Amino acid sequence: MNKPMLKMLGVTSAVSLLAVSAVQAQDPVRLTIVSWGGAYTQSQVRAYHEPYAEANPHITIVNDDGSANALAGLRAQSQAGNVTWDLVDMLPSDAQLACDEGIIMPIDHDAMLAPAPDGTPASQDFLPGSLGECFIPQIVYSTVVTFNTEMFPEDNQPSSIADFFNVDDFPGRRAIQNRPGGNLEWALFADGVHPDDIYDVLETPEGVDRAFAKLDTIKDNLVFWTEGAQSPQLLADQEVAFSTGYNGRIFDAAEVEGQPFAIIWDGQIVEWDGWVIPYGPNQEAVLEYVYWATDTQRLADQAKFISYGPARASSAPLVGEHADLGIDMNSHMPTNPDNYFSPIVLDNDFWTDYGDELRERFANWMLR
Amino acid sequence: MDNGNPSEAFVAFERVQKSYDGEELVVKDLNLAIGKGEFLTMLGPSGSGKTTCLMMLAGFETATYGDILLDGNAINNIPPHKRGIGMVFQNYALFPHMTIGENLAFPLEVRGMGKSEREEKVKRALAMVQMESFAGRRPAQLSGGQQQRVALARALVFEPELVLMDEPLGALDKNLRERMQYEIKHLHDQLGITVVYVTHDQTEALTMSDRIAVFDDGRIQQLAPPADLYERPENAFVAQFIGENNKLMGKVDSVDGESAMVRLDDGSLVKSLRVCVNEPGEETTLSLRPERVLVADDGKDYDNTFEAVVEELIYLGDHIRSRVNVCGNRDFIMKVPNSSDHHSMAVGQKVRVGWSMQDCRALDAS
Amino acid sequence: MTQGDAATDPSMTDHMRDGQMVTADGTPLKASLKRAERRRKIIALLFVAPLLVFLMISFIIPIGQMMFRSVDNPQITSTLPRTLEAMEAWDGQGLPDEPVYAALAADLTIAQENRTVGQLAVRLNYEISAARGALTRTARQVSNMEAPYKEKFLDAHRLWGNPEIFQIIKREGRPLTASYYVSALDRTYDADGNIVLQNENRRIYVDLYIRTLLMSLGITFLTLLLGFPISFLMSSLPMRYANLLMIFVLLPFWTSLLVRTTAWIVLLQQQGVINELLVWAGFISSDNRLGMIHNMTGTIIAMTHILLPFMVLPLYSVMKTIPPSYVRAARSLGANPWVAFWRVYVPQTLPGIGAGAVLVFIISIGYYITPALVGGQSGQMISNLIAYHMQTSLNWGLAAALGTILLVGVLVLYWVYNKLVGADIKLG
Repeated sequence: MNKPMLKMLGVTSAVSLLAVSAVQAQDPVRLTIVSWGGAYTQSQVRAYHEPYAEANPHITIVNDDGSANALAGLRAQSQAGNVTWDLVDMLPSDAQLACDEGIIMPIDHDAMLAPAPDGTPASQDFLPGSLGECFIPQIVYSTVVTFNTEMFPEDNQPSSIADFFNVDDFPGRRAIQNRPGGNLEWALFADGVHPDDIYDVLETPEGVDRAFAKLDTIKDNLVFWTEGAQSPQLLADQEVAFSTGYNGRIFDAAEVEGQPFAIIWDGQIVEWDGWVIPYGPNQEAVLEYVYWATDTQRLADQAKFISYGPARASSAPLVGEHADLGIDMNSHMPTNPDNYFSPIVLDNDFWTDYGDELRERFANWMLR
Repeated sequence: MDNGNPSEAFVAFERVQKSYDGEELVVKDLNLAIGKGEFLTMLGPSGSGKTTCLMMLAGFETATYGDILLDGNAINNIPPHKRGIGMVFQNYALFPHMTIGENLAFPLEVRGMGKSEREEKVKRALAMVQMESFAGRRPAQLSGGQQQRVALARALVFEPELVLMDEPLGALDKNLRERMQYEIKHLHDQLGITVVYVTHDQTEALTMSDRIAVFDDGRIQQLAPPADLYERPENAFVAQFIGENNKLMGKVDSVDGESAMVRLDDGSLVKSLRVCVNEPGEETTLSLRPERVLVADDGKDYDNTFEAVVEELIYLGDHIRSRVNVCGNRDFIMKVPNSSDHHSMAVGQKVRVGWSMQDCRALDAS
Repeated sequence: MTQGDAATDPSMTDHMRDGQMVTADGTPLKASLKRAERRRKIIALLFVAPLLVFLMISFIIPIGQMMFRSVDNPQITSTLPRTLEAMEAWDGQGLPDEPVYAALAADLTIAQENRTVGQLAVRLNYEISAARGALTRTARQVSNMEAPYKEKFLDAHRLWGNPEIFQIIKREGRPLTASYYVSALDRTYDADGNIVLQNENRRIYVDLYIRTLLMSLGITFLTLLLGFPISFLMSSLPMRYANLLMIFVLLPFWTSLLVRTTAWIVLLQQQGVINELLVWAGFISSDNRLGMIHNMTGTIIAMTHILLPFMVLPLYSVMKTIPPSYVRAARSLGANPWVAFWRVYVPQTLPGIGAGAVLVFIISIGYYITPALVGGQSGQMISNLIAYHMQTSLNWGLAAALGTILLVGVLVLYWVYNKLVGADIKLG
């Protein structure tokens, strides 16, 4: 090796050393991100956390499966004056509560979130009604009615919510969740109420009576589930012919485990799920992370790992194949136009206002 | 061995055998007849089979082979509650959740007796053991002796003809035990009941019994009235088990009628009563009660006299217990009466001791 | 002997002074004894102190906090002080006048800045539906409002035109409230502020308390029915067989909840082992399979299984101390086996039965995991609703009231039990 070469090598290695030290100059940051655990957290880890940590070596991301009790946790941390969570995945209704209580950060959507690749500002790009005062949606998930195809003859497979309420033509037990949310909407929908009018009807006592009267028609055939994991299990064991459930879990059971399940997309109940930012220890780093992790490409990436739809309009065309199974994920997205023909968009304002009363009434109805 | 005539007996064991595991017999070919009104004690070390026999009689254990007769009838297949036998247990077994009165009324109640009659009998039974004023108490509020009396009264209140007692005095202190022995004996005499009594305490057995069956190794070793058992043990086990005993080992030298000459290990020749030995050369154990060995300086004629060296003296008031070395046996005990005319002995002194042939029994070798 | 005698009796003077017994150095005997006793008491206290502190921190303080939370009501007084003051002049009939609305606007402006309106909204929504929306939405607009406020409020949300919301603010505008207890007992306030029964189709809790009580009694009875014979057998077997049986009894303790739950589901569900067997054997037709899980039957079967050791352990430990001679004595006294068992053996196991029954009953009355997993709807117990209000609806006040009622109920039942049976509790 000759002298100039050595010299050059010396310079380049000095430059690369400089570059490395520039990165190292940033203090290491540990971000604690709270989510729902299981397959859902896994999809976030693979779509967001791992690529982000790779590009930003000073960031370490710690997962906490605390979302089921996120509101209680946020309240406790804020009361104790020791907030350890940096970013929390939660439902918009709880996010609104936390926001009203001032324990999470209000979001200036266009300043804090990335615009779409074509320059559309974030407030226009996210699906209508999904952004909250303190809430940044990631996905659209839906609660759907599913049935076990083996339990019905091939020429008589159910296809609508009306079929779900039709015990004569489609016999068998049905599993529904042990709370009113979703079930009352379906009852009215099956009774002929247009999806857009459901909450106006439910606001009236007569509307509530009408929903319960419809539920009464199938009550003898009902089984109630509590945990999300129960519904695919009940279907797989043929304990029930129909079950309501989260579309992501049903996708997993049907496509990954190969269970003979079919989703009835009719009357799917659509809700958002997304991030809120507590006043945690690493606000600057978290804001950077959120800006990146909620951009168009990242939201589309998450759909490679789980069958929930991205919350940005601009992400939809980018949804591709499942990372492991190689199935085209588009047909499994709740937001795919083939599936999104009669959606009921869950009204969180309605449930925050009437939830307490209706839950009591529903519990009473279940007990009788 | 004559164990009585079963045909006239009130209680009879006929060729009874008992095994728990099918490999070992705990009771081996037991034959025993107990007369009506008799106080019979089964005496023996623990594990000798005496309690098993009692339990078979009570009906809590079944005989593996043989018959048990009560008043001439085989009772092997009659359950305990239909046998009508009273029983007193070692730990009293008074029902702790019932008062004394209720405990006593229990056997009457299960027999369907009316309330007034019941009360009358309970009162009488309690009076019998001087416990009238305790009817309202619970067993835990009584002392051991009081509980024992109540247990006795309960076993007697339904007027059984046969009462079994399983070491009933075992848990009492010495004074109380002695008092209770007399009380039980008196009740037996007074009521004319038949008692089968199990104990491992030979004093108790000697004090109370009409006859004693000495158990060892699943067999009756000897069945006899107390005096006979003490005076005339029929084998080495009984001699050793009942009372204090000097044991001399030797070989039969010659036999002559009812006497036998026995050569001891040190070469001395002892004239003894022939009980278990038949011919010269047999191994034998000589049994000799300490009080039958006398100091032979009164000029009397003894069948046996030997030189002895006094090794140890213990003053016991009425007699002096002396350990002497006789015929090479250093553990030889004699009881020297403390009479005023008697000369005193000193340790190391040489004396002559003697005993009669009748008191020195040549038994089996074991 | 009277004190007068003592004073004149020279032999007593050494130990008597002023009519009191004294020790050799002249201190009164009683005082000296007390001092010696006190030392012992302090040492005894030191031994229990760690446990006392632990109980205090982990048990008594949290329970005290829970009870306080069931009446604690700070949201309205702290957020709406001006409104409450302005409402003093209001007679409670019809809508209040402008000053109340103005005060409310002032309070809400501050609340919106302090971000305290959320807590207030949640609190008021417990009393009347839609209060949350009314408050949060109005609070967002209130900074842009100008007098007169009454109209603006009536425009902002229909609830402001309903006198009920003001009646509620007035009634609940106190630091302590009974309203959680009112709800927990299926009661509500009528327009005149009297406590009346809740609308029939919203009553839940009283029925659930009764069901919880009956299910717990049923489970206690079943564990006794199953546990008594097995304990009896174990107490009469030699140690090594008894230990083997004990392992079987304790097995549910050692398996994880999920394994157990899965096992029950596999066994009990409609396509499960037991149903398949019954169909195969022809006892039931395939269309009439038994529902033994995801209902009350499931809860009872699963909880009986889990709680069996709590019955068996005290029963076994009591039975082992009962010598066989008691039953033998009874038999020898003329009692047939049944009478001997029932009149002599069983009464002596009562302390074990009592301890086991109290343990199983108290544990089962507060159980919630198993009912949640296998109980379906009809198999839920009151604790499931308490957990629901703790974790999901976050109505901690109601959860605390429900919990306090349960606690008081258990204490009352225990007191009754004590009066009837006597607290002769023997454990393990």
